[in-house]
Amino acid sequence: MASPRTTAIFNAVLGRPPKVLVSLDVNGERHEVAVEPRTTLLEAIRYTLGLTGSKQGCDKGDCGACTVLSNGRAILSCISLAVEHQGDRLTTIEGLAREGKVHPVQDAFDLCGALQCGFCQSGMMISAAALLERNAKPSRQEIKEALSGNLCRCTGYTKILDAVEVASGQREWEERDPRPTTGAIP
Amino acid sequence: MSVDGKRNGPGALGGNGEFDVVGRRLRKVDGLKKATGEAVYADDIKLPRMLHCKILRSPHAHARIKHIDFTRCRAHPGVVEVLEGREIPTRYGVIPWTPDEQALAADKARFIGDEVAAVAAVDELAAEEALELIDVEWEILPALIEPEDALREEANKIHESSKKGNISKHVDLSFGDVQGAFAGCAAIADESFFYEGSTHTPIEPHCAIGHYDSDGNLTVWSSTQIPHYVHRELARVLELPEARIRVIQPFLGGAFGGKSDPFSLEFVVAKLSMKTGRPVKCLFTREEVFWAHRGRHPMKMRFRVGLSKQGAIEAVDSKILIDGGAYSSFGLVTAYYAGQLLTGPYRFGTYHFDSTRVFTNKPPCGPKRGHGSVQPRFAFEVALDMAAEKLGIDPIEVRRINFIGENVRTVNDQLITSNGFLRCLELVETASGWKERKGKLGFGRGLGVAGSMYISGTAYPVYPNEMPQAGIQVKLDRSGKVTIFSGASDIGQGSNSLPAYLIAEEIGCDPRDCVVVASDTDLTPVDLGAYSSRITFMVGIACLEAGQKLWAQISAAVAEKWGVEAAQVDGALGTIFVSGTEQRISFREAVQLAEAKFGTLGSTGSYRTQKLGGNYRGGTIGASPAYSFGAHVVEVEVDPETGLWKVERVWAAHDCGRALNPTLVEGQIEGSVYMGYAEAAMEEMTYYPSGLHRGPSLLDYRIPTSLDTPELTALIVESNDPNGPYGAKEAGEGPLHPVIPAISNAIYDAVGVRLTELPFHPGKVLRLLRNNRSPRAERSEVNRSPRAERSEVERPPASLDEAREAPGGTSAKSSAGVSVR
Repeated sequence: MASPRTTAIFNAVLGRPPKVLVSLDVNGERHEVAVEPRTTLLEAIRYTLGLTGSKQGCDKGDCGACTVLSNGRAILSCISLAVEHQGDRLTTIEGLAREGKVHPVQDAFDLCGALQCGFCQSGMMISAAALLERNAKPSRQEIKEALSGNLCRCTGYTKILDAVEVASGQREWEERDPRPTTGAIP
Repeated sequence: MSVDGKRNGPGALGGNGEFDVVGRRLRKVDGLKKATGEAVYADDIKLPRMLHCKILRSPHAHARIKHIDFTRCRAHPGVVEVLEGREIPTRYGVIPWTPDEQALAADKARFIGDEVAAVAAVDELAAEEALELIDVEWEILPALIEPEDALREEANKIHESSKKGNISKHVDLSFGDVQGAFAGCAAIADESFFYEGSTHTPIEPHCAIGHYDSDGNLTVWSSTQIPHYVHRELARVLELPEARIRVIQPFLGGAFGGKSDPFSLEFVVAKLSMKTGRPVKCLFTREEVFWAHRGRHPMKMRFRVGLSKQGAIEAVDSKILIDGGAYSSFGLVTAYYAGQLLTGPYRFGTYHFDSTRVFTNKPPCGPKRGHGSVQPRFAFEVALDMAAEKLGIDPIEVRRINFIGENVRTVNDQLITSNGFLRCLELVETASGWKERKGKLGFGRGLGVAGSMYISGTAYPVYPNEMPQAGIQVKLDRSGKVTIFSGASDIGQGSNSLPAYLIAEEIGCDPRDCVVVASDTDLTPVDLGAYSSRITFMVGIACLEAGQKLWAQISAAVAEKWGVEAAQVDGALGTIFVSGTEQRISFREAVQLAEAKFGTLGSTGSYRTQKLGGNYRGGTIGASPAYSFGAHVVEVEVDPETGLWKVERVWAAHDCGRALNPTLVEGQIEGSVYMGYAEAAMEEMTYYPSGLHRGPSLLDYRIPTSLDTPELTALIVESNDPNGPYGAKEAGEGPLHPVIPAISNAIYDAVGVRLTELPFHPGKVLRLLRNNRSPRAERSEVNRSPRAERSEVERPPASLDEAREAPGGTSAKSSAGVSVR
């Protein structure tokens, strides 16, 4: 990585605007980070803070893999600017777990085989968690609508919808995994 | 392994009554890592001093590179190093017979998006800015966008190396007297079809990191599904000994065949790292993923299917023109698969196919899930319905009549072992209420059926050799931990979990005590990769061998201790015991007994390529140790006013031999059906006449969301293959095939029009409805148009060219883009 002095020099040469200091509240931790005004929230989260659970699939708001929660609302971090989210309560996939236990959505996704390649699923699970926060018992159609901004290429969505129904206590997983679900974060 | 019903019985643990692990809905070994965001994918890797690379791509579809000037680029303060094609000119390709790619084009660019030059810079933005500062002097050549043009203009060769004009591969194979057989047929369907190209769009874009360290060792982390082939090609192109190269596939965000070629970025990051001595990363943008492509080949197909009076398939004849795009990729195989994989689940009396893959100046096509066989399967299954209709035979019945059976040879001399196709048909017939509902749903609603088969790996390795195709190494630790080293590439299908399940079944450990180290060429044995649906079958067999060797040692040591015969010792889920006695110890203790007796414990297993296939040129291509089979029924509703159609439900039955984990098998069926539906409904790689892609983004290239995807019922059939591990066969690609023709057949049942071109846009449906006067269609108000003459509609086109001009035929493409002149 270039030194701050080098960075400053070539920013000046390139006409890049100077970096600004922003304070980001991510998963309950406050981080002071220097970002360019153009830096997206996703870039700040992934590359500056190293929270690589949020994924970049398209970098233009089409696929939903970068979905994070901002004050409880699911947003696309790849088309949001980091500077706009000062002071917002941000939650990424790394912050869904509570008190050492994975979120019921995470557990159900694992249980039901909703995780194939897993790449879209951080965003998908964030959207699902946001849905359950506002609607504890969504219908299958409501789940489809809530997840329609998150593209998945592996599953055909079937097991994802099943998993959200399991997480919301509306479906029994047909053959329970005999292994105890400790829910402990590995 | 048998089970002690009392202590370790399946009843207590939810097994299927036969096995302890196999057949149970276990979690994946890496599921929680993915659920928590902890899984590290290629772009999540950040190394000290890492540079970022960007690749300059050609703005011309066909142009000679006269000169590249990096002067302005090098002056950019963020630029550390640049690279051009002549520095790494060695041509490569996944198929060793057709090496026609260069990491960066040294002579000419062959499609809009072809890689030309690269920069390594301090950050991604600087690299991107620096690309603008590379000056390329071009000599623009006439571009060949349509396959017919490429065939005609032989002198304008896209590849100087091709033997004849722009032909990438031509295959013409005949099995029996096809023309003679047609003469005796009671009904013949003769129809032209067009299958539009589509692409994989894994949600993870391609990414690679190269690190050439001070010891002269090169490590490449890549989002590849073929680490071994990448390893080989890196060595060739970079002129490094293979022993100096390590390829690691981190967690992979989807592939579907789109990451089964060596790609430019792998060579470029490696070479730039060698030049700079620093790690270099390259991450494709979404747009670049569309350029990288290697997706479904567009195919123009003429199919003739002849049936006897009883409905037996006496003759099948096809002529197929395959649009290959700019490079060979797997194209040699594609041209064969377009014919070789069609000869089941039905018995063909005679068969002839003639397939030609041509180069065009478009992104290269390759192996998308169901490689080469999805397109002809679509055409054949629709044509079969057409012929059966002439004889008044029900679509399910004609498929049942022609069932090829088990332990038989196909017309092209492939050996079929297990075959659960009849059971698949029976399941979807029952589940859909076919007998009660078919033909009784009223105008606008219909049912359609189709079948298919697919390979469980291919007997033909990509490069000829006598070594195993797959290998497994197992290390037993005295703690009871089992470390399994597997070369297989987990692309989401669960191949990291498979060895844990199978080794646990074999040696009686708890699958949770297995750690799987995968797809790292320094640490794991060679596996040829995640393609041809080979992993479950081949890696599975390697697991059984490795597990059985260990079990021989464990059971011998325990038997000695207890004074019983080794054959009496049993084990399940972490307990080793003698059935019907109180004798039992933990797996950990058993391992310690074995280590004391035999020394350090470890074993290997491999899958060796069997000699299979017909005794003729190309007879090994399509030869598989086991074939999967499937049948789908689709119910559609069509609005005759708008042409809009909707799949109400898909019933998808698939014979996977044995479901080693039913959840994962269902996931493969569901994902396949989704992808097939997507190709039928909306996906299309279309280009402007210049060769420029019309919409290389996930907004413009439409793929189904959760709202678009139909509800489906996955039905598993277990035919228990005699050669498969615990009887297992493939499940990852076969189930993509039938849904597409089943939708076309269901639309015909609903409104009486035959959709012969993908995708089935509502506009096409409407146009066909307006031109159609079949008895079924006449019941609709909108079909009262007198314009279409019956003879014109029913007369089959005499050639592919005529088909393009036919009413409602492929001419619709002029608006869809592919045939635009």
